[in-house]
Amino acid sequence: MAVLIDLVLLAMLAITALRVIFLKDLFAVVMLFGIYSFLSALIFVSLDAVDVAFTEASVGAGISTVLMLGTLALTGRTEKENKHSSLLPFLVVVVTGAALVYGTLDMPPFGHPDNPVHEHVAPRYIEQSPKEVGLPNMVTSVLASYRGFDTLGETVVVFAAAIGVMSLLGIRRRSEDETPESGLKEHQVLRVVAKLLIPFVVLFALYVQFHGDFGPGGGFQAGVIAAAAFILYALVYGLPLAFQVIGPKFLQLLAPFGVLLYASVGLYSMFKGGLFLDYNTLASDPVAGQHYGIIIIELGVGITVFAVMLSIFYAFASQAERSNVQ
Amino acid sequence: MFVLDIISSVLLVAGVFFGLSGAIGLFKFPDFFTRVHAASVTDSIAAILIISGLLLQTSFDLNTAKLIFIFFFLMITSPTASHALAKSARHGGLLSMAERKTSDNSNTQENQH
Amino acid sequence: MSFIIDYYNYWIVVFLMMTGFYIVISANNLVKKIVGLNIFQTSVFMLYITMGKVSGGTAPIVAEGVTLYSNPLPHVLILTAIVVGVATTAVGLSLIVRIKRAYGTVEENEFQNEDDAI
Repeated sequence: MAVLIDLVLLAMLAITALRVIFLKDLFAVVMLFGIYSFLSALIFVSLDAVDVAFTEASVGAGISTVLMLGTLALTGRTEKENKHSSLLPFLVVVVTGAALVYGTLDMPPFGHPDNPVHEHVAPRYIEQSPKEVGLPNMVTSVLASYRGFDTLGETVVVFAAAIGVMSLLGIRRRSEDETPESGLKEHQVLRVVAKLLIPFVVLFALYVQFHGDFGPGGGFQAGVIAAAAFILYALVYGLPLAFQVIGPKFLQLLAPFGVLLYASVGLYSMFKGGLFLDYNTLASDPVAGQHYGIIIIELGVGITVFAVMLSIFYAFASQAERSNVQ
Repeated sequence: MFVLDIISSVLLVAGVFFGLSGAIGLFKFPDFFTRVHAASVTDSIAAILIISGLLLQTSFDLNTAKLIFIFFFLMITSPTASHALAKSARHGGLLSMAERKTSDNSNTQENQH
Repeated sequence: MSFIIDYYNYWIVVFLMMTGFYIVISANNLVKKIVGLNIFQTSVFMLYITMGKVSGGTAPIVAEGVTLYSNPLPHVLILTAIVVGVATTAVGLSLIVRIKRAYGTVEENEFQNEDDAI
């Protein structure tokens, strides 16, 4: 039964991707990409990767789609007719694809427990992490503790991307005298429902943040969900009001603060006599120390991801409003 | 427990039926507003039936509470989404089929005069 | 039949990868190229997650009475890669916005023509 679900979902995914090639309406392309992300999240669930599915559903289908729509508002929604022939790209793709399919025949069959990937590092994580780190969710243990240095690097990459977007676009705060119509003034129902839902979305983000040690979730997902709540607010009530709730300046402080919080845990553990990001030294009991360390660094990740996602959205949205005014 | 299983499977099958009919309607119906109508069947009645069916499958623990939360969330969001979609189309000047017919007729009459 | 089921996931992943690749090299519009790049990226994620799956296993969260878990390591790698992926996508999209402002178009051949004219 699980195999059947897998087969159907993968086939739907392939059809969705194929449809993207032939569509000229970019609005539909972006919407199909959102569907593609949701479908892949479902496949991740059926392949036991619940944390990944969570992230893909909130990031791929939520934030990416909003950002692409924001870009479309600035660049126009139809693709122009392509004159040069698509034969050469097609040949390149077919040859590469054939080579890759030939390569997959040497891969170990899908799902066997004695495949090479399951032989080396993973058994140690699966057997030892509940004792060494003391968390039921192994993904969080590996992410925040065993591979904590890697995750620090990734948080810095996210932060660097925000710097890139800021230096390319920048957030323009409009002066007080020109306050054009923004937000969805017409949609009374939407405004009421958004007001009703946003507190719960933020509450859910906090749940995901602090329950990530026990179930699927963690800083990355929580940051994105919290950002989505404020993006909803900005979309419905307009950017000027959203700037009053959380201003871009404050976000610019928040993003480095998360990274620094993460790194300072590492420095503090060195100060206590351990290695960088060695949480065992944070408390007298190593397992408790691990728990403190993971909670703090997940908080740092969550803060940075939240601030970065929201300020990227602000950058795109303020560009779009600016072009509307002109 | 046997009775609960039967009720739950009846609910699930009914939910699947409404989901399927909504999907077919989405493809078969002629214009935007009727299609939104078909699509809103899947996220209202089909979702209600499927979630109630699943509720009877749980052993009334944390999962039940989670399903009830999802239920209320869906009850608030999906009608709002349909409403916002239809209202935006209206706002953008899309006419329903009946209106288009009458406006076509008046146009042709004007042309004849 | 079991041969097909053993390799079906990999083949679909290759197909998606090639679809994304085709969109990247054949599309003229930069936004569509970014969508293609994202399709490519998601197919790579799926390859990793496929390799981490163990038949009969469950999600790697300790539960009573479960002995077989899927491999948590690919999940960790991909979880962070998704968030980094959206951050880099945002950088790409903002470059597109700047290109639109500089050239007035996001069609590749059009702004290349403008470049050649200079």
